[in-house]
Amino acid sequence: MRHVRVFWTGFVLHFKNLSASPFMMMTAAIWPLVYATLAFLMFRATGQAPSLLYAALGAAVMGIWSTTATSAGGAIQQQRWYGILELLVGAPSPLILVLAPITVAIAAIGVYSIATTLLWGRLLFGVPVHIAHPLLFAVSIPAAVISIGMLGLVLASALVLYRAASAFSQALEYPIWLITGMLIPLSLLPVWVHPLAWALAPTWGMRAVRHAALGGDVGAPLLVCAGLTIAYGIIAVTLLQHFERLARDRATLSLT
Amino acid sequence: MRTWLRIFFVGGAISFRALFAWIRPAVYVPTLLLGPTAQVLFFAYLGRTAHLQSDSWFVIGNAVQSASSAALFGMGFAIDGERWTQTLSAVLATPANRAALFLGRGLPVLLNASVTSATGFVGGALLLGFRPPLSSIPGLALLVLLASFACTGLGMLTGAVGLRMRDVPIIANLSMAVLLIFCGVNVPLDKLPHWMHLAADGLPLTHAIAAARRVADGASLGSVTTSVLVELGLGFAYLLLGFALLRWFELEGRRHGTLERA
Repeated sequence: MRHVRVFWTGFVLHFKNLSASPFMMMTAAIWPLVYATLAFLMFRATGQAPSLLYAALGAAVMGIWSTTATSAGGAIQQQRWYGILELLVGAPSPLILVLAPITVAIAAIGVYSIATTLLWGRLLFGVPVHIAHPLLFAVSIPAAVISIGMLGLVLASALVLYRAASAFSQALEYPIWLITGMLIPLSLLPVWVHPLAWALAPTWGMRAVRHAALGGDVGAPLLVCAGLTIAYGIIAVTLLQHFERLARDRATLSLT
Repeated sequence: MRTWLRIFFVGGAISFRALFAWIRPAVYVPTLLLGPTAQVLFFAYLGRTAHLQSDSWFVIGNAVQSASSAALFGMGFAIDGERWTQTLSAVLATPANRAALFLGRGLPVLLNASVTSATGFVGGALLLGFRPPLSSIPGLALLVLLASFACTGLGMLTGAVGLRMRDVPIIANLSMAVLLIFCGVNVPLDKLPHWMHLAADGLPLTHAIAAARRVADGASLGSVTTSVLVELGLGFAYLLLGFALLRWFELEGRRHGTLERA
């Protein structure tokens, strides 16, 4: 119960903090509109493309990954810059419970992107927002958000010792968009990419959101997404323990 | 004149090296060299999804457009970075010629933007089989340089605004978003609403991208002279407007004591 409280308190604190950042709000709310607009214009130009709601949902989930890629990889570096990383590592709470709320909060502010993108599509492009399974849609969104947040946590944990973590994480923005089927169907990508996409929880989170909105099986992608999210948690804990010990051994924890 | 040139070249180069914390390879490579290739790939595949244009069309549009990120952020940080390192007042207190001081910062940014754009072309060639005629490559290189120049001009303008406003990355991001949507990078201009098409004519990149596509299709550089001249004119116009704004905001900042207030 104490762990849940630590996680929740951290999550609320960081969510509020990030919501007050103009840069994060721009990443969460403006860039998805740019990609949605491009997708709408491109899809509408030919009439052979998927529906505009398909594009709107894809651009919205892209926004969740954008905020994560922009900030989650450098989450530890950020604490280092604030000068509190040593305090956090030394605190009695497990480091994972300090870090996970940050990355999940970063992904969660991407929820703004869902609201703005659907509204933008409705008002400017007349995209009809008919959700096939509203209840499953309401479950799929947090599942996708948490899965993306946990992927961010894996990145943050893996990049503890890498001082340019933020830049590396940002460089993954387009590749993850590309291979997780957010706007581009997996069937168009080379076959060797498919196993990579299947190992990424956002692929299944996106699929669950899309099926919940447009119709299709939601249960299976939701279950795979949840399973991968748990797996990411385990990987992150393992990586963090390992790198934390290394950083303590080398006394490099606070070095920027 | 010698001092002017020294401030322009040496000052510009030192400023570029000193102010760009991200110039380290660990940051530079993923951000500015891999980014354009990833962008090219993403939009080429999105184009396939929409059945819109060929891969080459997207390679050219996105590779040329990727110069804008290096130019807009580069110029923004070249000016705003002084404030962050608390050297802005010291720099502006010098008697150095302002044209040499600020325009000199644009030269390394321009070259860096061209390199960034070139990596997008290389990525497109390696991963998407983009093969323009060999004879078109000098023309494409010139157009990339031209697009980088025009974007650096716009960067000077947005950097100048950063002297008054706090969030240069936000201004640079918004400018990049406008260029990405309006300039025919991923959506053919004739498929855009008329007002967007009109606005695109006054933006950097539009003419360079259109010319680059024609040159890559085998047209001679001479046949796209009008586009070249318009892009060049736009670059100078943005550069001069940016420089004028810089001077104005500098004077205003001195008058109100707000130079470091950010």
